[in-house]
Amino acid sequence: MSNTLVMGAVAYAPKVVTIWEGFKTWFGERGLDFDFILYANYERQVEAQFSGAIHLAWNSPLAWVRAERIARARGLTVSAVAMRDSDQDLSSVLVVRTADGFADLAGLAGRRIGFGAIDSPQATLIPLDHLRQAGLVAGRDYTARRFDVLGGKHGDHIGGERDAAQALMAGEIDAAWMIDGNYQAFANEGVLPSGATRVLARSGLYDHCNFTVSPGAPAAPIAHFCALLFGMSWDDPAVRPLLELEGLRAWRPGRTSGYALLERAVDDEAFYDSEGKILAADYRY
Amino acid sequence: MQPIIDIEDQGFDAGAHLRIKLALAAIPVGAVLTVRGTGQDWSGPLAGWCRQQGHAVAFVEAAGILSAQVTRGAIQQGRWRGAHATGAIDPRQPGAVHAEADPAWGLAARGATVEAGVPPFSFRLNRKAAVWADTAAALYAEAVAGQWNADSAIDWQVEFTLPDVIEDAVVQVMTYMVENENAALVVPARFLGQLHPHFREVQAVLALQVADEARHIDVFTRRIALRGRQPGTSTVGGQASLKSLLDEPEFSVAQFLLAVLGEGTFVSLLNFLHAHAPDPVTRQIARLAARDEGRHVAFGMAHLGQQLAGDPALQARLVNAVEARFDKLSGSAGLNEDVFDALILLAAGATDGAAIAAGYARVQGLLQDMARGREARLAKLGFAPEAAKRLAALHTRNFM
Repeated sequence: MSNTLVMGAVAYAPKVVTIWEGFKTWFGERGLDFDFILYANYERQVEAQFSGAIHLAWNSPLAWVRAERIARARGLTVSAVAMRDSDQDLSSVLVVRTADGFADLAGLAGRRIGFGAIDSPQATLIPLDHLRQAGLVAGRDYTARRFDVLGGKHGDHIGGERDAAQALMAGEIDAAWMIDGNYQAFANEGVLPSGATRVLARSGLYDHCNFTVSPGAPAAPIAHFCALLFGMSWDDPAVRPLLELEGLRAWRPGRTSGYALLERAVDDEAFYDSEGKILAADYRY
Repeated sequence: MQPIIDIEDQGFDAGAHLRIKLALAAIPVGAVLTVRGTGQDWSGPLAGWCRQQGHAVAFVEAAGILSAQVTRGAIQQGRWRGAHATGAIDPRQPGAVHAEADPAWGLAARGATVEAGVPPFSFRLNRKAAVWADTAAALYAEAVAGQWNADSAIDWQVEFTLPDVIEDAVVQVMTYMVENENAALVVPARFLGQLHPHFREVQAVLALQVADEARHIDVFTRRIALRGRQPGTSTVGGQASLKSLLDEPEFSVAQFLLAVLGEGTFVSLLNFLHAHAPDPVTRQIARLAARDEGRHVAFGMAHLGQQLAGDPALQARLVNAVEARFDKLSGSAGLNEDVFDALILLAAGATDGAAIAAGYARVQGLLQDMARGREARLAKLGFAPEAAKRLAALHTRNFM
């Protein structure tokens, strides 16, 4: 791979090309020889981290969990070196219609609950886990209805969450899960009219994406990469459009303390095994 | 005392964020706002909103009451670092209209604060000196007040009958008018798309000129069709003359050729039609169109008067442009022969010898009137009498 630092990213939307072409130019102007490979899904991207194809990957939280499991099983290590300020301390909310008068989660027994894509940490896996911890198991205690958009993208495409919100307002389901920021976004869009819905439950806090360094990646260019990222300033008009597209105000050092909820969900919902093998039978990507 | 905002039971799905935003705007960056609420789960969305807006938030519970301590972040201010100031609304205010409009101001309203980093818009006409006239705002207001509705301003139902040959002559003149007004529409329209919106008064004048010409093309066309005719002829000479107007890239030179010389000459023609056209519909059309064209000439005169005062070398460029156009068109026939004859017939109103002689004399008078008008406008722009006379004579035989 010569001296070029190669990063993997998942093409969940056309803007991904704009984002990474912009970063590539910006890095290049500052002396970092950087390139990227776009993958159609996170599963293939994580596998590429172990084939030597990419030095690091812009990973979803679920991709991080899988990469970490594969590494551990093989006696290797991966590390999370950077993340967005907007990746930290997120939560998901379970939204119901105000008029239905649900008092608590128990009231949802026997009801229809909407989730996002099968591989969405924020709209499916962590929510399933949240309900399981409260004694509600999908298929046994309630009907789970999945709003699946773009499998393999780990819920990056928010279409599934929007579809669930619309289904809630149409009376097709009784509750819908979504990440807290989308609750506000769908209210702003008018998908969720003011006062018509309320939050019945909120998950614990969790972290979202990170830059995951592949096993054996060269340290110096990774350090250069991180130094450049942390030097990006929102005040710089040349950088601000890139940060806005990627949805952050500032880059933060990576941390792995925010993935515990997802780790438990992956186990309990049998999504990956402890070595990172895919268990979910109806997962298509 | 630390500022406090109580959002009561207002939800974040009902605009609660705006109350907090307004309260934060009233305190400096780094200062703390206390937020209280009584709604269900108000703290969760608040935390999400603060994260997205770049404000730090900490929740404290005292005596069973939850409150949030929101520290105003610098992110929102960061967006406006290096922002562009873009003048002011009132063009009479010093500094309101810049000498040069920055491509990175884009489509913003003049006077708006524009975030740095707007993709540059390539408006070719971005220098005030190249486009401006101080009277543009007043001329625009006059143009708005002078708009007329072709359905109600013209009595299309009025009874009249013309001999076929006279009706044909009117149709030929109208055909010629449509062709010329197409040029008068396309020229400002092309510049309009290249003009930086910072010069909004000029933009507005050009936009209404385009609208005026569209209306003229409509009424001339309706007059052609009034007795079931189709348009008459169009010649190489006429179109070559008009094409030389469309090919002129410099705004001031185009204004000179089109407005000062061309449309000015057209005002004479329209006044002639108003006086001598054989039917009331054509006369009404000509009167209304002449009024509009008069405003177009006024803008061209105002613009050039100002430009010549600031850039004496422009006079030589204008002379060159007239001479070059004359040379270019010297091999072409100029005015369509059908149009010339049609003007005589139209002014004659009949085909007997005496009437035609009278019509011919009137057209001769028209040509002299046109030349005198051009000469007077050139003199007003500061051309010496001899030069004004010579340039007026070099103007295209096609009138426009």
